[in-house]
Amino acid sequence: MTTGSLETVLAGVRAAERPDLRSDAGSVRARAGGKGVPITVRGVGKSFGAHQVLANLDLHIKAGQFVAIVGRSGSGKSTLLRLIAGLDTPTTGSVSFGDADARTAGVRIMFQEPRLLPWARVLSNVEVGLGAERKRADARERAVRALHEVELDAKRDQWPAVLSGGQRQRVALARALVSQPRVLVLDEPLGALDALTRITMQGLLERVWLDQGFTAILVTHDVSEAVALADRVLVLEDGRIVEDIQVNLKRPRGRSGAVAAIEDTILRELLGKPE
Amino acid sequence: MTTIELGPRVRSFRLPRAPDLLQWAVPLVIIVLWQLLSTAGLISTRLLPAPSEIALVGVKLLKSGELGRNILASFWRAIAGFAIGGGVGFVFGLANGVSRLSNRLTDTTLQMVRNVPHLAMIPLVILWFGIDEAAKLFLVALGVFFPIYLNTLHGIRAVDPQLIEMGRSYGMDNRELFRRVIFPGALPSIFVGVRFALGIMWLTLIVAETIAASSGLGYMAMQAREFMQTDVVVLCILIYALLGKLADSTSRVLEHLLLAWHPAYQEAPE
Repeated sequence: MTTGSLETVLAGVRAAERPDLRSDAGSVRARAGGKGVPITVRGVGKSFGAHQVLANLDLHIKAGQFVAIVGRSGSGKSTLLRLIAGLDTPTTGSVSFGDADARTAGVRIMFQEPRLLPWARVLSNVEVGLGAERKRADARERAVRALHEVELDAKRDQWPAVLSGGQRQRVALARALVSQPRVLVLDEPLGALDALTRITMQGLLERVWLDQGFTAILVTHDVSEAVALADRVLVLEDGRIVEDIQVNLKRPRGRSGAVAAIEDTILRELLGKPE
Repeated sequence: MTTIELGPRVRSFRLPRAPDLLQWAVPLVIIVLWQLLSTAGLISTRLLPAPSEIALVGVKLLKSGELGRNILASFWRAIAGFAIGGGVGFVFGLANGVSRLSNRLTDTTLQMVRNVPHLAMIPLVILWFGIDEAAKLFLVALGVFFPIYLNTLHGIRAVDPQLIEMGRSYGMDNRELFRRVIFPGALPSIFVGVRFALGIMWLTLIVAETIAASSGLGYMAMQAREFMQTDVVVLCILIYALLGKLADSTSRVLEHLLLAWHPAYQEAPE
């Protein structure tokens, strides 16, 4: 796979540029932030009309963990994500965040599309992420800081229309991060980007997650992306979790034998043909 | 030699909005040709007076105050009718775009009325309002209503549902969602409606004033016809053309100001 070899090269470059990533940040406890909240999904089911997508699903995610959910299209992964993000309500069961609900827990979502307001400048788009706190005096300052976090300081007064796809998605990330969420839910946020931009964005995602310590849930159909970023990979099939894999590897993860082995396991599961 | 030395400075003196002048080239050529053909006697000045004659009559009427008074009367009617019809159309467009109930209640009725040519209402309007100001305002407002209504409605319906979902997930309430997402999203379409409406506004006004009025450009043209003053008639038509252009330019400037974010408006206004 060409993407794979490219990734190895760039992962090396990334590590050289950012020595902080080379520390033993793989374990959740080693990180400074630690302000993520645990997520408990209890007996959740979701039906659209007569069609049942999820049935009686249980899942517990530790505070500050990075969990990836992979699965074929139609496996219910996006539905599960939307339930966790509070965009839809489950038909049965409940989702809870530590001792808070979705509204008070600070759950932020990043979509596959940037979904920026085309009529607002980049900085105002980031301020949208502050929600009701946007009227506070430090709103602008916080937005500027979030934009700095995604390395887009220079674009603050631009219209979204003039940005590249990767830059737009970075603005969307800044918007999601500006309120310092305790849970960040990512719905294939890199799916529409080209291979190179994607690798840069993966590095960026990993860095802000390590910095801020939120609980992250990433839905993706890219197995290597899941293994590169997540502490734990869930394989979803027909609305059930068929595989739950811990990835205890050092970050940043290049393309080592261990990574490849985990990817193989997941791919076999997804393709459903044991060797 | 000197011009070469002054090169950069000369360039900075260049007219900043050259394309603005270019768009007037064609009308200018037509007027010059028209004048030449008239002077050469190839066009009968009784059927179509020369531009110079029209200019002279214009100056005369301007001095007597008659022209100014009539332009003002027409202009005022246009603005007032546009404001009333556009305002009501905008409100209905908003209501029906946002509320399903409102849409079910009024849209069918409005669509039925829309298919009646509003100028067909003239006899009825005269019976209702006489040849009063109200008659003209009513007709203009009615004509302007539909393009604004339809385009506002369409604009609101066409707002990207993904952006609305984003707004909701970031905690916007209905008011904020409208102000920050729905209205700006509908604005390009509303402007399309405004430009259509401006055309209909002048058309309606001309017709209304030629049929029933005691002031205004249309009235002036009809009076001139009575006395075979072809030059005044042509003058009125030219003024209509200029006013139409003025209204269109105004809406363009507004578009450039308010839709600066839109990829189609990223260059400087022409």
